[in-house]
Amino acid sequence: MSKLHFEDFTPGRVFERGPRRVPRDEMIAFAAEFDPQPMHLDEAAAKETMMGGLSASGWYACCILMRMSVDAFVGNSTSMGAPGVDEVKWLAPIRPDDELRLRATVAETRVSRSRPDTGFVRFDFEIFNAGGIRVMTLTTSLMMERRNTAAAVS
Amino acid sequence: MKFFEDIAIGERAELGSHTFTADDIKRFANAFDPQAFHTDEALAEKTHFGKLCASGWHTMAVWMKLNVRERQRTARNLEMSGIPVAKIGPSPGFDELKWLKPVYAGDTISYSCEVVGKHESRSRPQWGLLSFRSSGRNQHGEKVVSFIGHVFIERRDQGAGEGA
Repeated sequence: MSKLHFEDFTPGRVFERGPRRVPRDEMIAFAAEFDPQPMHLDEAAAKETMMGGLSASGWYACCILMRMSVDAFVGNSTSMGAPGVDEVKWLAPIRPDDELRLRATVAETRVSRSRPDTGFVRFDFEIFNAGGIRVMTLTTSLMMERRNTAAAVS
Repeated sequence: MKFFEDIAIGERAELGSHTFTADDIKRFANAFDPQAFHTDEALAEKTHFGKLCASGWHTMAVWMKLNVRERQRTARNLEMSGIPVAKIGPSPGFDELKWLKPVYAGDTISYSCEVVGKHESRSRPQWGLLSFRSSGRNQHGEKVVSFIGHVFIERRDQGAGEGA
C-alpha cells in the first residue's frame, strides 16, 4: 500500500480511530513515572481535588492521542514529525478504563518554502470519551513529503 | 507551592536535568509514538533526523516528571519552615509548544521555568491561573523545547475579591 503524501491531505479530510481503552493500570503507571500527583494516582485523594476523582495525566492523554494518530494514518504516511504544537486544551477529565475515540481533521496545507519537497499539514485533533464528550483538542502541523516532486517531469 | 498571590511574574525555577538513553527512547516510542526515527537506530539514520531521537512527547513527559519533583521539593521546604503550602490544581492546557531541535540518545536536557502571567479565575474564586514559559536545553546549551503552560494555583484570599 502506498504511503500517504502531502497531496493526500486535502482540507476537510477526516481520519478516525478508536475506540481505544485507557486501562487503569496503564494510566496509573504513566502517572507514577511522569506525573505523580494525587489526582492521577489515588482514587480517594483524587476525590478531594478539582478533578473529583481519578483522572488521566494530560501528558498521558497527549501520548494516547499520538499513538492513535500513528495507528490511524501517521504510521502509513511520509510524516517527518512536527515542529511543535500550536495549542492543547484539556477540556474534561479522562477516567480509568474509558474508551476514547480520535478524530483528526485536515485544516489547511502549505508547501514548505525552505524545503519544496515537503509540506505542512495542519490538523485539528479531537478526543471524545465513550459518552461522546469532547475531552481534549490539539492543533499541530505535521511535515509530510510531497509526491514525485523530483520525478514530476518524467 | 506558594499561594497564587505570593508568586511574581518573572520568577524562575530550575527543574533539573534528565539523560535520555536509547533504551528509554525506544521503550517510550514503542508504547506511544512508534515512528521509525524514535524506535530503530538503523532506520533513523535514513531519515532527516539522521540518528535515533526521542519522541517530542517523551521530552514533555520528562519535563512534567521534573516539574512535579521540583514542586514537591518546594512544598517540603515550605512545610519545614512552617509556611502553609498552596494546593496545585489541574491544567487547562498549553500553547506554543516548539520542538526546536531533536533530542538524541545520550543527550542530557536541563529544564527551566519562568512565570509569565497571572489571571484570577472568575468562575473559581479559590483558584488563580498561573502561566509560565518553560524550556529545555541540551548539554551544548542549545534550546531544544519550549512551551507556555497554564496551571491552577490556590489563592490565599479565597473569594475575598469581586469573585463572580
